[in-house]
Amino acid sequence: MADRHKEGSKSKYTLDRQMPGAFEGETVTRRRFMTGVTHGAGAVAAMAFTLPALGFAIGPLFSRLPWSWQPIGPPEDFTDTTYTTKVIQIVQGIGEAGNSIAYVRKRDPAIDTEPLDQYNHWVALSSRCMHLGCPVRFVAAAERFICPCHGGVYDFRGMVVGGPPVRPLDRFYTRYNTSTGLVELGPRYSVNSELQRFSPRDPGQPLDGIGQYLYPPRFDTASLTSR
Amino acid sequence: MPKLPSPPLPKALRPAPRRPGEPDEKQATTPIEVAADAGISVVDWIDERTSLSGGIRWMMFRKVPRGINWFYTLGSATMFAFLNQAVTGVFLAMYYRPDAAGGAYESVRYLTDQAFLGQLVRAMHKWGASVMIILIFMHMARVFFFGAYKYPRELTWIIGVVLLILTMAMGFTGYLLPFDQRSYWATIVGVNINGTGPFLGPYLSDFLRAGPEFGATTLSRFYAIHMMLIPGLIAALIGAHLYLVSKLGISAPPWIKAQEEPELRQTTL
Ligand code: HEM
Ligand code: FES
Repeated sequence: MADRHKEGSKSKYTLDRQMPGAFEGETVTRRRFMTGVTHGAGAVAAMAFTLPALGFAIGPLFSRLPWSWQPIGPPEDFTDTTYTTKVIQIVQGIGEAGNSIAYVRKRDPAIDTEPLDQYNHWVALSSRCMHLGCPVRFVAAAERFICPCHGGVYDFRGMVVGGPPVRPLDRFYTRYNTSTGLVELGPRYSVNSELQRFSPRDPGQPLDGIGQYLYPPRFDTASLTSR
Repeated sequence: MPKLPSPPLPKALRPAPRRPGEPDEKQATTPIEVAADAGISVVDWIDERTSLSGGIRWMMFRKVPRGINWFYTLGSATMFAFLNQAVTGVFLAMYYRPDAAGGAYESVRYLTDQAFLGQLVRAMHKWGASVMIILIFMHMARVFFFGAYKYPRELTWIIGVVLLILTMAMGFTGYLLPFDQRSYWATIVGVNINGTGPFLGPYLSDFLRAGPEFGATTLSRFYAIHMMLIPGLIAALIGAHLYLVSKLGISAPPWIKAQEEPELRQTTL
């Protein structure tokens, strides 16, 4: 053992170190080589099942929600004085658990001050509370949306007037389909307290001030052009 | 007949010494003695091939300090609550169907109303979950108030913290499984609370839901985490936790004064 540390034994050639079976020009001992190969093979074997499994678990972060324009009824269904309740489908294939509710009315230029474009002739609010996601209910007599969970209250335009919600109710794009004569509901989008549009965020994530930077948008979200 | 080395048994349980004139090895004669001998030889057969008895004795017959009391049983109580969850959970899994389109709720309803003893097993699992949470907090309080987390037991404490987090994650993932209104909305709220963490929150909630919306695989994802991923981790960590408890020895209650040990004060051995 002790002579291992002698000066001469430090040569990088195994032959110089007088190893049994060493040959000319060999620098890596067999023991070292086998250790490396075994560790390498072990790492490859472990990666072979962890990497696919991890990718599989993380994949949903990049998933895009398929969205089509859903017909929600003829224009006569909607007035500008109150909301009509429409059941809409968010996720296919899981029955009622995939449904949600949209509150829809005709745009009223007197109160709807956000700029008019082809997608907001009808105002469609999501029933998802912007505190933590419980379903809000429209109380017609009070002209308020009220959340059963922690007392969130929104006014007629879906702006927060009380309780813990951090931003106005999310909205859906709407359009009129000339060939069917029906109003259609498109993807969801989020709004800040000035009703500026943002890509959809989860409840509880404010979009005013630094909120829009603290809660980055999804890698890939439902886009308006998809049919 | 080969003999196990005898554990430190209390006096009453130790075999009486051989009387003068008695034969060296008493032959088993009554059926009970024969059965006992058969049992011993099976245990001996295994022990000869595994040496497990040493480990078992190391764990079960370790020395404990003077003055330990009933509060020291809270850790074992937590462990038995976990074992109860594991056993009843396996049997619930024989009926449960993680189907978000209504099958999950129906399978739980069938299990509760129709299956033989199903209501009892489900109740044991459901109430046992609360019992485990209560016990784990009482155990943690015992460790805290007795100062038992101090050197050299910090790692035991840290593993305990991970166990506490995993136990609560069990509660969160299990709550969704009956898939009634309460489960569904509580999970929506819980996932959205995760989402309020800055920067990473949105990705965490996407991970939990398996997508941007509560979807077809959210329920099966919660089910897999609840019945396979976390129980495996908890079982492994309980093993590490108990290894450390036995290796380091249980701490004495704070009111027991350190004993004068003359040999330990010697500077040369
Ligand atoms: C699944 C949950 C847990 C199980 C099954 C468990 C089990 C046990 C058992 C059986 C003991 C032996 C002594 C006793 O019972 O007091 C023990 C000791 C200990 N536990 Fe836990 N425990 C759990 C969670 C925790 C938590 C949440 C903490 C703290 C954050 C913790 C910290 C400790 C410490 C520091 C000791 C050593 C105490 C001493 O030496 O006096 N454990 N645990
Ligand atoms: S979820 Fe609506 S107020 Fe909390």
